Amino acid sequence: MSRRAVITGLGVISPGAIGVKEYWSLLAEGRTATRAISHFDPSAFRSRMAGEVDFHPLKSGLSPQDVRRLDRAAQFAVVAGREAVTDAGLEFDALDPTRVGVALGSAVGCTTSLEREFTIGSDGGRLWEVDQGYTVPHLYDYVNPSSMAAELATDTGAEGPVTLVSTGCTSGIDSVGYAARLIEEGSADVVISGGTEAPLSPITVVCFDVLRASSTRNDDPEHACRPFDRTRDGLVLAEGCAIVIVEELEHARARGAQIYGEVAGYASRCNAYHMTGLESEGKDMASAIEVAMDQARVLPPYIDYINAHGSGTKQNDLHETGAFKRSLGEDAYTTPISGFKSMIGHSLGAIGSLEIAGCLLAMREGLIPPTANLNEPDPQCDLDYVPNVAREKRLNTVLTVGSGFGGFQSAMILRHVRGAKR
Amino acid sequence: MTRRAVVTGIGIAAPNGLGPTAYWRALMAGQSGIRRVTKFDISKYRSKLGGEIPDFAPDRHLQDRILPQSDHITRLSLVATDWALRQAGVRNGDVPTDEMGVVTAASGGGYEFGQRELAKLHSQGPEYVSAYQSFAWFYAVNTGQISIRHKMHGPGAVVISEQAGGIDAIGHARRQLRDGANLMLTGGIDSALCPWAWVAHQATGRISRSSDPQRAYLPFDERAGGYVPGEGGSIMVLETPETAKKRLGSTIYGEIAGYASTFDSRKPGRPPGLQRAIEMALGDAGMDAADIDVVFADAVGEPELDQVEAEAIKTVFGPRGVPVAAPKTMTGRLFAGGASLDVATALLSMFWSAIPPAVGVREVVPEYELDLVVGEPRQTAVRSALIVARGHGGFNSAMVVRQFR
Repeated sequence: MSRRAVITGLGVISPGAIGVKEYWSLLAEGRTATRAISHFDPSAFRSRMAGEVDFHPLKSGLSPQDVRRLDRAAQFAVVAGREAVTDAGLEFDALDPTRVGVALGSAVGCTTSLEREFTIGSDGGRLWEVDQGYTVPHLYDYVNPSSMAAELATDTGAEGPVTLVSTGCTSGIDSVGYAARLIEEGSADVVISGGTEAPLSPITVVCFDVLRASSTRNDDPEHACRPFDRTRDGLVLAEGCAIVIVEELEHARARGAQIYGEVAGYASRCNAYHMTGLESEGKDMASAIEVAMDQARVLPPYIDYINAHGSGTKQNDLHETGAFKRSLGEDAYTTPISGFKSMIGHSLGAIGSLEIAGCLLAMREGLIPPTANLNEPDPQCDLDYVPNVAREKRLNTVLTVGSGFGGFQSAMILRHVRGAKR
Repeated sequence: MTRRAVVTGIGIAAPNGLGPTAYWRALMAGQSGIRRVTKFDISKYRSKLGGEIPDFAPDRHLQDRILPQSDHITRLSLVATDWALRQAGVRNGDVPTDEMGVVTAASGGGYEFGQRELAKLHSQGPEYVSAYQSFAWFYAVNTGQISIRHKMHGPGAVVISEQAGGIDAIGHARRQLRDGANLMLTGGIDSALCPWAWVAHQATGRISRSSDPQRAYLPFDERAGGYVPGEGGSIMVLETPETAKKRLGSTIYGEIAGYASTFDSRKPGRPPGLQRAIEMALGDAGMDAADIDVVFADAVGEPELDQVEAEAIKTVFGPRGVPVAAPKTMTGRLFAGGASLDVATALLSMFWSAIPPAVGVREVVPEYELDLVVGEPRQTAVRSALIVARGHGGFNSAMVVRQFR
């Protein structure tokens, strides 16, 4: 009898929303949470907007020592992890800790702390031989982002397989796919998974600036991320975190846990094309979608909703529109599609998990959150992108996709499980 | 029936040898690659020894356009991948492109590249930052670049669990074969040799401060006082036996027979997870401790951690119950590259019927009751090996390789 992976708990830290409840109301209302950057002075940069989180680490339950020691992305993971564990009703005393694992996703790890410490140790970048006298004792934990997975494991008491999955902007999907695989193969009964990212520092902003991948609609940051709109001009960076509890179905049922849905299919493919560019037809994303559908044994007409990557670049819009047509055929035209990055920006390795969390909530509520800022549809994007207003629909099977630097293309099918709360 | 996973090509970049043959000869001769670091002005730092690769000329192996967009670790990874594929005899068209994928381990990413661009950003301004920074530094770079170079459209992944990641990557590549891929490139290549990484390693307090290459890294020794960081690792071709057998003359080095990973709890009273990882990897391989001919140890060289590892080995295999190898005494610890290189070394041990020595170690702490192979290589048939790796923060991984029949 094969083992099935279901999701039984969620924890969310998002721009415009702390906690699952606030997150769902933001998505359902189609509110946007992107704004002018306040974390640092962005005046030297081309794109000066971001999806920033209003996060108070001490009020969120972290100790002053933790706040000093942990990068912001790790702080997110610990706080969202606690919400997810509580939401899942996991009682660690009743669990075998050796059967609990962690698969956390992050694209750029502890970049913000690394950059801060670097400017100090290198005297503003002037010293190549960085001064050893100015390093903090935990600097190595910033260099090596598996420290964040270790932190989450330590905080929750996990003693099973623990790792960080880092596949750029698909890390948030891939970490949950990794977790589901650990469950299915029997390496764990519970895996604390999801993605975290707090990349809002000069080096990250400049990376997207030099590629002209980010939006310059600096005078209108709330409406800057406009996927599938003719006037879109790039992505809006963001930070955030979603932690999901992935659990073996019978394990969840035995303890009477709520079930949000099943990870019914997952695949990741390399486009083997370019580190940042996408070919226009979306062949490899389509191939990931097809493999995920095969695993879930679901045919295109039964996909009730597609959660798009929708980063807000023209290249992406054409690429994924092509991928949906290629993999779903005629059904692509009748399946509602929407993108959350229009509301909460692109939090790199976290966004895939924020999208998974949003999809599970959408299934529970029977409501498809919209694509915000979609007023002038691009004629080359001729599918149903659910513009601006949420749409009621009973959802049994949902597809979510991601695409990122390095050529990674990922797809996951989430499915309602009989008996799960609606 | 679970699909099996065999290694048919081994690419190695190590401080004491480029390529499996040069590396193996160095191991057999006890030649260490640990020396005073020359890549930057090491005189400013407390720790001065590293496992530095001395004569790697990227422009001899890679096209011009790759060089400005790649860190040292990516160049080494691409070259090691080429060697591994050549050794496996894989040519274009042998395996459909969507059945081939890549899983690599990472730790700090393209760190030297990242340091240079950070310095430019903060000392010169945003307009001086390379357009390649976004992907030349990030952790996923090697998987991405390898997949592009060899047109591999199958599954791609990157795992990070510090030094344990090299085993986790190979374990995850094996999953991809079980799920339908037919050939995977896997392993890791890493480097600690730029100033910004060096200070971070020093901050852990676990790097040796010795200036004598013969005495700096002495795992399990009475005089153990930390490890030496280095650069390098291994990328291997992992495939199903059915795929390998389609190519005439392909060599199967061995099978990835077992894999498991665990995490150390910091709760009082909980035992370290290493022994459990070893037992689970043996169980996954369907083997007993008595079936293992050699253990490649994690061998940190820090007394407290050495003791935990010795205890785990003693408990599973009995006092002096199995030969223990620590060839990383000749390369230093290679982080994301270290455990993959140990897996590659274990496969070479099976191929050459010999166990490489730990160099420098004279007196193994008697209470450890370890049969550490020291001084000279031990010539003996090796049919199977256990490889152990631990990552900073509590990661434990174990892998069993055995001869393929």
